[in-house]
Amino acid sequence: MKPTIVVVGNGMVGYKFCEKLVARSNAYRIVVFGEEPRRAYDRVHLSEYFAGKSAEDLSMSSSSWYADNGIELHLSDPVQEINLEVKAIHSLSGKIINYDYLVLATGSGAFVPDIPGIEKQGVFVYRTIDDLDKIKEYAVNAKSGVVMGGGLLGLEAAKALIDLGINNADVVEFAPRLMPRQIDTAGSAMLQSKLSQLGLSIHLNKITSSIEGDGCVTGLRFNDDSLLETDMLVISAGIRPRDELARLAGLQVGTRGGIVVNEKMQTSDPAVFAIGECALYEGMIYGLVAPGYEMAEVVVSQLTANDKTFNGFDMSTKLKLIGVDVASFGDAFISEPDCRTLVFEDTHKGVYKRINISNDGKYLLGGILIGDAAAYNMLLQTVNNKIVLPPDPEDLILGARGAEQSGGAGVMNLPDEALICSCEAVSKGSICSAVNNGAVNLDALKKCTGAGTGCGGCVPMVKDLIAGTLKANGQYVKNVICEHFDYSRQELFDLIKVNKLKNYDLVLDHHGKGDGCEVCKPLVASILSSLWNDLIVKQDTIQDSNDRYLANIQKGGTYSVVPRIPGGEITPEKLIVIGQVAQKYNLYTKITGGQRIDMFGAHVNDLPDIWGELINAGFESGHAYGKSLRTVKSCVGSTWCRFGLHDSVSFAIEIEERYKGVRSPHKLKGGVSGCIRECAEAQGKDFGIIATEKGWNLYVCGNGGSKPQHAQLLAADIDSKTCIRYLDRFLMFYIKTADPLTRTATWLNKLDGGMAYLKNVIVNDSLGIGDQLEEEMQLLVDSFHCEWKEVVNNPELRKRFAHFVNAPHEKDPTVKLETMREQVKAAW
Amino acid sequence: MEVLEDVQWVLACYTDDVPENGGACVKHGSEQIAVYNFSRRGEWYATQNLCPHKQQMVLSRGMIGSAGEACEPKVACPFHKKTFSLLSGECLSGEDYQIKTYPVRVIDGKVYIGIV
Ligand code: SRM
Ligand SMILES: Cc1cc2nc3c(=O)[nH]c(=O)nc-3n(C[C@H](O)[C@H](O)[C@H](O)COP(=O)(O)OP(=O)(O)OC[C@H]3O[C@@H](n4cnc5c(N)ncnc54)[C@H](O)[C@@H]3O)c2cc1C
Ligand code: SF4
Ligand code: FES
Repeated sequence: MKPTIVVVGNGMVGYKFCEKLVARSNAYRIVVFGEEPRRAYDRVHLSEYFAGKSAEDLSMSSSSWYADNGIELHLSDPVQEINLEVKAIHSLSGKIINYDYLVLATGSGAFVPDIPGIEKQGVFVYRTIDDLDKIKEYAVNAKSGVVMGGGLLGLEAAKALIDLGINNADVVEFAPRLMPRQIDTAGSAMLQSKLSQLGLSIHLNKITSSIEGDGCVTGLRFNDDSLLETDMLVISAGIRPRDELARLAGLQVGTRGGIVVNEKMQTSDPAVFAIGECALYEGMIYGLVAPGYEMAEVVVSQLTANDKTFNGFDMSTKLKLIGVDVASFGDAFISEPDCRTLVFEDTHKGVYKRINISNDGKYLLGGILIGDAAAYNMLLQTVNNKIVLPPDPEDLILGARGAEQSGGAGVMNLPDEALICSCEAVSKGSICSAVNNGAVNLDALKKCTGAGTGCGGCVPMVKDLIAGTLKANGQYVKNVICEHFDYSRQELFDLIKVNKLKNYDLVLDHHGKGDGCEVCKPLVASILSSLWNDLIVKQDTIQDSNDRYLANIQKGGTYSVVPRIPGGEITPEKLIVIGQVAQKYNLYTKITGGQRIDMFGAHVNDLPDIWGELINAGFESGHAYGKSLRTVKSCVGSTWCRFGLHDSVSFAIEIEERYKGVRSPHKLKGGVSGCIRECAEAQGKDFGIIATEKGWNLYVCGNGGSKPQHAQLLAADIDSKTCIRYLDRFLMFYIKTADPLTRTATWLNKLDGGMAYLKNVIVNDSLGIGDQLEEEMQLLVDSFHCEWKEVVNNPELRKRFAHFVNAPHEKDPTVKLETMREQVKAAW
Repeated sequence: MEVLEDVQWVLACYTDDVPENGGACVKHGSEQIAVYNFSRRGEWYATQNLCPHKQQMVLSRGMIGSAGEACEPKVACPFHKKTFSLLSGECLSGEDYQIKTYPVRVIDGKVYIGIV
């Protein structure tokens, strides 16, 4: 029989151990016990659970992976006892398994300080999916939240509270600075000011003496007797290795916790290994995933007759998700006279960079980056590979000059052994050879090398390496529109604007080649309307089919008709007209998900007549066919609703009227809710407005669809005028810079600097283009026209709505309809 | 040697019935034919109106353009953007579809389609 390995803990490192072992050997029977109810998941990206990822999305493996690899997996069944004498474990459900080798991968738990009142309801930790479910449920009724602990995880948790809709999030830290393990005092000050822009209040030097509240937490009392009121508390005060099992079994543990291991990851019993966050190596717990993976690698190597050993690990980190770049690398704290320190600070932009250089000026030892960490990967490589510095090392951190260093050319100069992805231990050499063997995009490369699949921090560098390698082979491809235009959308937008080109043929003659296609025609059409807002039917054949016929084509070739119903408000008289029109032209009617009414099944010939009747009754085009504003959903708001704070319907109508007809890279949707109950689902929209006691909160870049994403707060408690001003700027900035067919959420995800940058541009006007954006939007608003009105009143244009040009009154005989629930439907 | 076929030239419509750089549909008995006015190149084309992908009567409402170095004229179906050569009727999106093409003649503002 095969020797048995029992793995205790199915977390990130326990899983990685199994993955590495089965890849290299089938000589063992593997039995895994996990305390949590689900398969190992990506804890590093835990916060994305709040951003809409499901537990399954975060899972490290498919549901059949363990069975496919012959691994016995027992979930919700923690190991309770180890008997080292007879080499057996006992689990909660009563299983007893004899092992030849035991691997402890029990990870760590949140450290919860012993403060009076800590047991109250509304106090949480932030470690597992179950923890997040509880926080999410409780946050529904919470207006404010506090995170105890201003370290890496604490800041991440605080950002998550904001994303959950808690407007007042506070961070309490007992040290005099944030992230005390990673950054220095000056860096902390810069970080603090950036975080306050995100809506986080930071309290330093605060020692909590008790948690107040009667049953449920209501506040934190500090030892200076001050009180911070709150509806909930998340503790993130550090981690405590889960060594209780090992301790009970008599294995050696450290005085401050952790299972003592040697360089082979063996515990005091040579048949028992410990890896990941529960292992204590040379007095140190490695609270990051990459060293845990390295430990898993060491044990696999020991078990497969190699003898790789663990020799410590680089603890450089780059903080993700928080909306502000923060990174520290190498020896961040070494200071003069042991080195030369260079600091670059720009309080206006909120950038702080510090690098520590050896006294002979040759090597980079470490550093800290706040506000702009674009150079992180390159600087880390410079430290780790002992690359000799250029004569002017300040170039490394100086704005644009620094950024260039991190570009394609820089990475290509690294030695082949340079470790690019530390989670998966992939070197530059393996990445470049994978590219040469055909893995020319990120997805393919991830699949064959694993690079970038862990924390994701190396992805920018991996992309640079792909581009760099392709370029070296002479096959570099630029992000161009299509074969007819050698430009990105943004470049073409600027060219068309500067050269004042008004139609597609001129654009093609000046900047393109060939005769165009279905990609560049609608794209140029969209740019032309965003710039000049001319009537789109004047150039109908460059429009996508829906824009060309001002209606959405349906199965079987008929069209749908969607009049605008701003804010979802409609009079009984208008409802009757819709009913009459639908009856007359035999149309199917349905209330849409966007709070208006869609009529389906119209013959192309009937469209002008149908619209004629609708326009007579006071309707306008709903632009359901265009890449343009769809609907601004509203809730009933203060005019009727007992909770309503302001008149959300009036504001939704005002906004829908303002932006209707504006063409954009993709469709735009908005919402206005009268209070935080959010019945208009505004946070799922490209822009969402929610009434507060003091005004409105403006959220941007939300999305429904297949990858739902919550909108993020752009500005809080603003008045209606400011709200519209910010919206003008935001929408115009998006229209000018987004790639074609990119919704605002995807655009933001790709935007360098993310939400913090966007906020800076829109709210702080950091690029100085605020006025210009507002003017450009005003031009579009002022030049609005209802396209259908123009067509209905123009016989020449009406003529285009015929199915047969040689028999204009005949309808398409191939259209077939059938009946379902007393209405028509396409027979298909 | 020249192959002589019995081509019948049918008056389909007038030049100003078909929008510049776009298409329109003409009825020929029970057949529907898409006619394209590729005015950028001063050329006219005609194909079947039915898109073979999901059997939709819509090719005349598609966008026209060119593909490749040789500037092969093409039409893109408005439904799922499969593209077809206006010269050979071959599907250019890598699938095995084939559409019928017809010769076109324009004389004195009249558009004739050649039916075999
Ligand atoms: C009619 C309607 C469904 C309904 O019966 O309720 C609908 C119908 C279509 N949706 Fe939708 N969507 C409708 C509300 C929505 C909503 C809900 C909302 O707006 O609150 C969403 C999710 C919210 C969002 O967009 O973020 C939605 C997300 C989509 C998407 C995914 C977009 C994304 O970013 O992932 C598509 C695909 C696309 O645009 O590429 C889509 C595309 C479509 C298209 C255009 C598909 C197509 O190409 O034929 C459908 C044709 C509409 C037509 O012919 O009139 N529809 N669609 C709704 C029309 C609302 C309106 O009054 O204008
Ligand atoms: C919110 C958050 C963000 C993070 N961000 C980063 C980051 O950006 N970069 C980074 O490198 N690291 C990050 N980390 C840390 C990283 O997640 C950990 O280093 C990693 O998960 C450690 O893996 P592990 O397997 O040792 O422990 P865990 O993933 O904690 O797994 C241990 C598992 O063992 C189970 N267990 C414990 N005792 C028993 C028992 N007796 N029987 C059975 N099962 C048991 C536990 O329930 C748990 O499921 C983050 C952590 C959190 C919580
Ligand atoms: S969001 Fe608030 S104000 Fe609006 S309808 Fe719902 S409960 Fe009423
Ligand atoms: S029906 Fe024409 S491409 Fe699908």
